[in-house]
Amino acid sequence: MIEEKEEAGHSPWNDAWHRLRRNRLAVCGGILILTLAFACMFGPIFSQSYEEQNLDLGAVPPSRAHWLGTDVLGRDLLARTLYGGRISITVGLVATFVALTIGVTYGAIAGFVGGKTDAVMMRIVDILYALPFPIFVILLMVFFGRNIILLFFAIGAVEWLTMSRIVRGQVMTIKRMEFIEAARALGLGPRRIIFRHVIPNVLGPIIVYTTLTIPAVMLLEAFLSFLGLGVQAPMSSWGVLIKDGSEKMEEFWWLLVFPGALFSLTLFSLNFLGDGLRDALDVRASKD
Amino acid sequence: MIRRSWRAAAILIPFAFLAGCGKTPEVTDTAAAGTAHIPQVYRYGNSAEPQDLDSQVVTGIPENHVLQALAAGLASPDPKDSHAIPDLAKSWDISPDGLTYTFHLRENLEWSDGSPITTDDFLLAWKRLISPKMASEYAYMIYNYVVGAEEYYNGKITDFSKVGFSAPDAHTLVVKLKSPTPFLINMIAGHYSWNPLPIKTLLKFGALDERSTPWTRLGNYVGAGPFMLKEWIPQERLVAVRNPHYWDAARVKLDEVDFIPTEDISAEERMFRAGQLDKTQEIPTSKIDTYKKDHPELLHIDPYLGIYFYRINVSRPPMGDKRIRKALALGIDRESIIKNVARGGQVPAYSMSPPDDAGYNEGARITGTLDDARKLLAEAGYPGGKGLPPIQVLYNTSANNKQIAEAIQEMWRSNLGVESELQNEEWKVYLDDQHHHNYQVERSGWVADYADPNVFLEIYESTNGNNDTTWASPEYDRVFHEAMAAPNNAVRYEKYHRLDQILVDECPVIPIYFYTRPYLMSTRVKGIWPNPLDIHPFQDIYLEN
Amino acid sequence: MIRFIVVRLLQTIPVVWIIITATFFMIRFVPGGPFTAERAVSPEILRNLEAHYGMNKPLYKQYLDYCGSVLKGDFGPSFKYPTRSVNEIIGEKLPVSIELGLISLAVALAIGLPLGVLAAVKRNTWIDYLCSSFALLGVCIPTFVMGPLLILVFAIHLGWFNASGWYTPVDRVLPSLTLGLVYAAYVARLTRGGMLEVLSQDYIRTARAKGASELRVIMKHSLRGGLTPVVSFLGPAIAGIVTGSFVIETIFQIPGIGREFVNSAFNRDYTLVLGTVVLFAGFLIVMNLVVDVVQVWLNPRLKFE
Repeated sequence: MIEEKEEAGHSPWNDAWHRLRRNRLAVCGGILILTLAFACMFGPIFSQSYEEQNLDLGAVPPSRAHWLGTDVLGRDLLARTLYGGRISITVGLVATFVALTIGVTYGAIAGFVGGKTDAVMMRIVDILYALPFPIFVILLMVFFGRNIILLFFAIGAVEWLTMSRIVRGQVMTIKRMEFIEAARALGLGPRRIIFRHVIPNVLGPIIVYTTLTIPAVMLLEAFLSFLGLGVQAPMSSWGVLIKDGSEKMEEFWWLLVFPGALFSLTLFSLNFLGDGLRDALDVRASKD
Repeated sequence: MIRRSWRAAAILIPFAFLAGCGKTPEVTDTAAAGTAHIPQVYRYGNSAEPQDLDSQVVTGIPENHVLQALAAGLASPDPKDSHAIPDLAKSWDISPDGLTYTFHLRENLEWSDGSPITTDDFLLAWKRLISPKMASEYAYMIYNYVVGAEEYYNGKITDFSKVGFSAPDAHTLVVKLKSPTPFLINMIAGHYSWNPLPIKTLLKFGALDERSTPWTRLGNYVGAGPFMLKEWIPQERLVAVRNPHYWDAARVKLDEVDFIPTEDISAEERMFRAGQLDKTQEIPTSKIDTYKKDHPELLHIDPYLGIYFYRINVSRPPMGDKRIRKALALGIDRESIIKNVARGGQVPAYSMSPPDDAGYNEGARITGTLDDARKLLAEAGYPGGKGLPPIQVLYNTSANNKQIAEAIQEMWRSNLGVESELQNEEWKVYLDDQHHHNYQVERSGWVADYADPNVFLEIYESTNGNNDTTWASPEYDRVFHEAMAAPNNAVRYEKYHRLDQILVDECPVIPIYFYTRPYLMSTRVKGIWPNPLDIHPFQDIYLEN
Repeated sequence: MIRFIVVRLLQTIPVVWIIITATFFMIRFVPGGPFTAERAVSPEILRNLEAHYGMNKPLYKQYLDYCGSVLKGDFGPSFKYPTRSVNEIIGEKLPVSIELGLISLAVALAIGLPLGVLAAVKRNTWIDYLCSSFALLGVCIPTFVMGPLLILVFAIHLGWFNASGWYTPVDRVLPSLTLGLVYAAYVARLTRGGMLEVLSQDYIRTARAKGASELRVIMKHSLRGGLTPVVSFLGPAIAGIVTGSFVIETIFQIPGIGREFVNSAFNRDYTLVLGTVVLFAGFLIVMNLVVDVVQVWLNPRLKFE
C-alpha cells in the first residue's frame, strides 16, 4: 500500500483508466469498436465504389471480386457496408450523445429536486412520449427540410425520454443516502451535488442503457428513412441494409448476414466496453 | 478475447443458414393426394382490410375483390378477356346515335335475403351515387356521362326525374347520355359504381343519401352477388358463403370464399407456403426467380392493365424543354430494368398505352438511340450533361421503387452524364406533393378501372385532375374530345393513335414498363384465367386435385 | 400513498388534454389528408366529403366539437373505416394486443431477470459473458429479422406452427417469443446493471460478513434495490408492449391495435390517430404511477412526494 502512495498521479480518473485497462474483454470491445470505426471511416478509400451498378450481374454471393458479395443491383456489398457504417456509427454516437446529455441532466434534476418540480418535469416527459412519432417527424420535415441534422434531432428527441426516467429513478434512490446528506450538511450547492456526487453514482445503469440505445438508434434511423428523412439512395446505412436484406434473406443471405454481423459486433463491443467502463468508474470498487 | 466476441457473433450465422440460403422453399402445396371431393373453400390473400362494403363509398382494389363476390351489376367482365358479358341484365340495346342505352333485366332476380330486385333498386342507387351528401368519390362515373346528372350533383336541379334515368316497366331500364360514350358498358362491367343497392335495407338505417350508416355491417348486409356475407373479423378474415338467391347460382361451384387481409407481402408468401392460402395477391420480387426455378407451377405472371412511369413537372426549369425530356426518356434501358430489377416479366413501355386494351394497341413509340439522346441534350444546351443541375426524382417509399430509381439514376449518369438526386417520401406526403406539383420528376403508376384505352389517355387532357404534370396541349385536348364524340371504335382508336404520337413527341411523361401481376396460386385452384383487369369472377372458380 | 395516487390521477387530466390538443393540431398540419388519393378527388366531391366529416367548419370549432365528444367518451367514426367507430376498433383490437403484450412480458421477465441476476452475481466470469451475450441477441437481431426467421424455421420447415394468424392458442408462441426476446435483453442488462450497483454496497458486505448465504443475500437484500432501473424502464415499456407492436402484428398478421398506431398516421385517419394516442397516454400514465409506487416499495428510503 505504501508503495502505491508514492507513485505519481493518484486521481480517480487515473484509477479508472488503470482498472479499465485490466479488463480484457472491455479492452477487446474498445479495440473492436475503434477498428470498425476506422474501417468505416477510411476503408472506403480503398474499397470499390458503393454505387457502381452491374445490373446484369445482380446479387451474387461472396467471391474473390466481391468479398462480401453484391446486392440486387450488382453493387459491392463490402463497400456499401463500410459506407453504411459511417452513417450508422455517426448517427448512433451523435444522436445517443444528444439523448444522453439531455436525458441525464433532465432526469437528475427531476429526481434530485423532487416535489412539484419533479411532477411537472415528468408529466412533460409523459406528454412528449405519448405524441405520435411518425407525425412528429413528418412535421419536422415540413418545417425544417430534410437535412441530416434533423435526423439527429428527431432521434434524440425520442430517446432522451426513457433515459431521463431511468436516471430519475436512480437519483431518487441515491439522494437519500448518507454521503449525499453529508454533502448537503457540508453546505454544497445542489448543482455541485448533482454533477459531482449524484451522477457519478448512477453511471452504471446510464452506461448500460446508453449501450443499448446506440443500436436502437441505428434501427430507428432505418424507420426514419422510410419517411424520407436520412440518407438518400444510393447511399445506405446499416439499418436500411439490414431491413432490405431481411426481406431477401432466403435468396441472398449475405445481404442480411454481413451488415447484420457488423451491427451485432458493434453492439457486443459497445456493451462489453460499457460494462468495463462501469466497473472502472465504480467508486466503490476501489475498496475491494 | 476477440475470439469471444466472434463467438457471440457467430451465433447469428447458423440462424441465417438455417433459414435456407438458396434452399428450395418448402411448399405445403395444398394438393392432398387421395381425396376425390375436397372442401370448396377458397382462401384468398386480399392485401388490405376492406374499408367498407358500400359500393358507393369504397375506392380500393381489395374492396373491389370482396364486392365481386358479394355484389353484382348489370354486366360483369368475362373471366377470360374482361369484355362485358350480361349479369343482372340479360341483354342491352344501344341506340344508333349512341345516346340511349336500354337494359333488359332478368326475371325473378332476388337479393340475398330473398326479396326481389326491382328497377327502383337501380334508379335509387344511381340517385344516391350522385347525391352531393353522399360525397361518393366515383360519382363522376355517372355525372360525366348521363344527361342532367352533373346538374343534379351540383344542386342546379333537384328533381331526379330530370336526370337521364328511367324505368318504363318492371324489367327495363333506360339511360340517356350527354354524348356517345363508347366505353360505357365496359365501365359498368368492370366497376362497381353502377351496381344496384338493396334500397329497402338501406332505408332501415338512415336516409337514402346518408353516408356510412350501419347497413353494411354483418347481419345487415344484403347483396345480389354469387356469395353472401357470413363472417367478418376485421384484420383477420371476411368469409363469404354461397348465395342461393343469385340468379346464376348453378354456375357457382365454391361453397365459401375466405378473404384474408395480407398487408405484408413477405408474410403473405409465408402463409402460402405454410398452406394457409390458396392464392396470393402478390409475391416479393426476390422470390420470383426461386419459384420459377423450383415451383413454376405455383407461380403465375398475368398481364395487367397498368403502367409504371415517371411524371415530369414541365413548369420546373429546365423541364420545359422537350428535348431534355426526350433525352431522359431515351436514356433508360427498359429491358435491363425489367430483366434485372423488376423481374416480373413486365413489358417495356415506349408509349402510354398498354397493349391489347379492349383491342387497342399503341399508335406510336418512343424511338431513338443513346446517341440521339446525347444529341438532344447538346442541342438543348447541355452537351454531355454539363451544366444541367441535378434532377430531383421523387418516389414513394418502396423497395421496388427505390431500386428502379437507383438503376435509372445510374443509367442517366453513365449514358447521358446527367446527375440526379433521389428523394423518397411517405405515401400521403408524396401524393400531396404530386397534386400540388411540388416535384420535378416523380415516379408514378396508373392502373385501369375498366378495360378501355381512354383510361390511360384521358389523364393528359389539360383539365383532367390527374394530370399533375402542368403540361397542356391544345391539340391534345382537341383530338381527345373528337375521340369522345367518335361514332365507333375504329374512328376513336384512330384519334387515340394521334394522342399516343403527341405524347411520344412531347414526353411530359416517361413510360417505363407495363405492369404484370405476379402471384402464387395452388395447383388445386381452377377457373382462373389471366385477364388484363385481374378480375376473376368467383362464379367460375373451384378447387380440384 | 392514497394521497399520492389521487394527486397523480388529477394531474392526468391536464396531461391528457395537452396530448389531445397537440396531436389534434399536429395531424392537421401534416401534408396529405384522409382523402388524399392517387386518383385526384374532384373539388366538388372533396367539398362534400369534408362537409360530411365537419371539416368545413373552422378549425377551432372542429377542435371544440371533438373535445366535447371525447368528454362523452365518443372518439368518433374512423375516417378510413367509415362504418366503424374508433371506440369499436379499439374495443376489438386492444384485447388482442394486451394478450400478446402480457405473454411477451412474461417471456421477457422469465428470461431476462434470471439472466441479469446471474450475470451480476457471477460478474466477469464466463457465466456473466454467456448470459450477457445471450441477452444481447435479443437486441442485435431486430424483430423484423427474428420474426421471419422463427417462422421459417418453426412454421415452414418444421411445420409446428401456423405461419401467421391469431386463431388458436398455439399461435401465441412465435410472436410472443419474438417480442419477448427483445425486451428480455433490456431487462437482463438493466437488471445486471442495477444489481451490480447494489451488490457493492456496504450493507451487502455486512450481510455477507454476518454469514448470510449467497442466495439470501441476493433474494432478500439485493434484488429490491437492484430492480430499480429495470422498473423505471418497464413503466413506458409495458405501456408500449400492451398497446401492440406494429412490426410483430404485421409479420404475424395479428389483428391488434399496434398496427393501427402506425397505419392510422399513414392513412391520416384523424380520429383513429387521436384515439390510439389517448389510449397509449392512458396506459402510460397508469404504468408510470404503478412504477413510482413500486419504486417506493422496493426502496424503503424513498418517500412519496
